[in-house]
Amino acid sequence: MTPTPTPGQTVGPFFHYALPYDGDDELVPRGAPGAVRLHGIVYDGAGTPVPDALIELWQANASGEVVQQAGSLHRDGWTFTGFGRSATDREGRYSFTTLVPGESAPFFAITVFARGLLHRLFTRAYLPGRTDAFLDGLDADRRATLVTTADQDGFRFDVRLQGEDETVFLDFGDE
Amino acid sequence: MADSMSGLEPQEVIDKEMADLSASYQEAGVEETQPRRDYAPYRSSLLRHPTKDLQQVDPEGIELWAPVFGARDVGELESDLTIQRGGEPVGERMVVTGRVLDGDGRPVRHQLVEIWQANAGGRYIHQRDQHPAALDPHFTGMGRCLTDADGTYRFTTIKPGPYPWRNHHNAWRPAHIHFSLFGTDFTQRLVTQMYFPGDPLFDRDPIYQSIVDARARERLVATYDHDLTQHEWATGYRWDIVLTGSHRTPLESDTEEDHA
Ligand SMILES: [Fe+3]
Repeated sequence: MTPTPTPGQTVGPFFHYALPYDGDDELVPRGAPGAVRLHGIVYDGAGTPVPDALIELWQANASGEVVQQAGSLHRDGWTFTGFGRSATDREGRYSFTTLVPGESAPFFAITVFARGLLHRLFTRAYLPGRTDAFLDGLDADRRATLVTTADQDGFRFDVRLQGEDETVFLDFGDE
Repeated sequence: MADSMSGLEPQEVIDKEMADLSASYQEAGVEETQPRRDYAPYRSSLLRHPTKDLQQVDPEGIELWAPVFGARDVGELESDLTIQRGGEPVGERMVVTGRVLDGDGRPVRHQLVEIWQANAGGRYIHQRDQHPAALDPHFTGMGRCLTDADGTYRFTTIKPGPYPWRNHHNAWRPAHIHFSLFGTDFTQRLVTQMYFPGDPLFDRDPIYQSIVDARARERLVATYDHDLTQHEWATGYRWDIVLTGSHRTPLESDTEEDHA
């Protein structure tokens, strides 16, 4: 008999002195060759920015490979670990400095935590022009919530927790 | 109906909503093991839960793997929350330990565990915490460790106090420690809270009660363990954590014991 998974609980309002860390949102240093920005705003169901959310990013490297290297918490400035965190600011904005994953990796994997959100949510931020069978299978309006928009610094990806244009959140068969 | 002093709804309104949701859960007879994201008695959840069904998908590529953390990331001393500030924090010193397992019962080895908590008086060092209880100059309330080859984590800390919040009038959170966990796959990521046995605030807390199944709620409650308790030093609590199952075909290195 397999054990039953432990329930989740909200990250609450007081995670800021524990989960964020120096350099959490810089998977590569700003200005590094190939550095781009992945950023956006987290909104609630009333369209109000969420100032106490935490976004986690997990992605392949510039060659499209999964990296299995330590060092995300204490970055050495050279090792690309593929993992980062960004707490939203007072205007609900998060931002990462990172690399564009290689062609074989169509999306950034995203986890969303927030005060008021009782259990984490997973989603995908697809690169413009890249797709896969899952994305192709969604209705056009739902699909649009998962596709980043290119802007001058990189890619914009807003997260809408609730509402008409709510982001597509994922169930990997474990919910 | 709002309380005339605080402008907040009374506990009875929240209690009634929680009782109704509990009754309808019992009636439905379908077991739930996770919190409901849509749980109105927790007022902050009202505008922060999805209203559309989650989209079923098989994890692919990066989602079949989790970030790796190592000795470079976590110092040995970070698991002892009582020695971070050059003096003994106030409160009941305790050891909290247990194992992190995946959904197939395998240990999650050498993986990051992060915790944060209020001090013995129920106060977080966080600037948004305005509870008029004392800050403890010898306590920050955050710690990290890596699980060992058996999936075991271990922290030394002090027992957190319950604290008030503004969900409704006279709302108090049961004492808890926040936990953040990674598995071997991205899909196993978990943030949760550990509670203490017999807390009188359980029945009144909409965050705890958002897990509508009583047996599931109890999975968040640590066990007092006298064998962990140390003579003239610290009490001991045990709490095991089970993540969801891995979607990746296990490699030998995932299952093999350390032979180092
Ligand atoms: Fe808390």
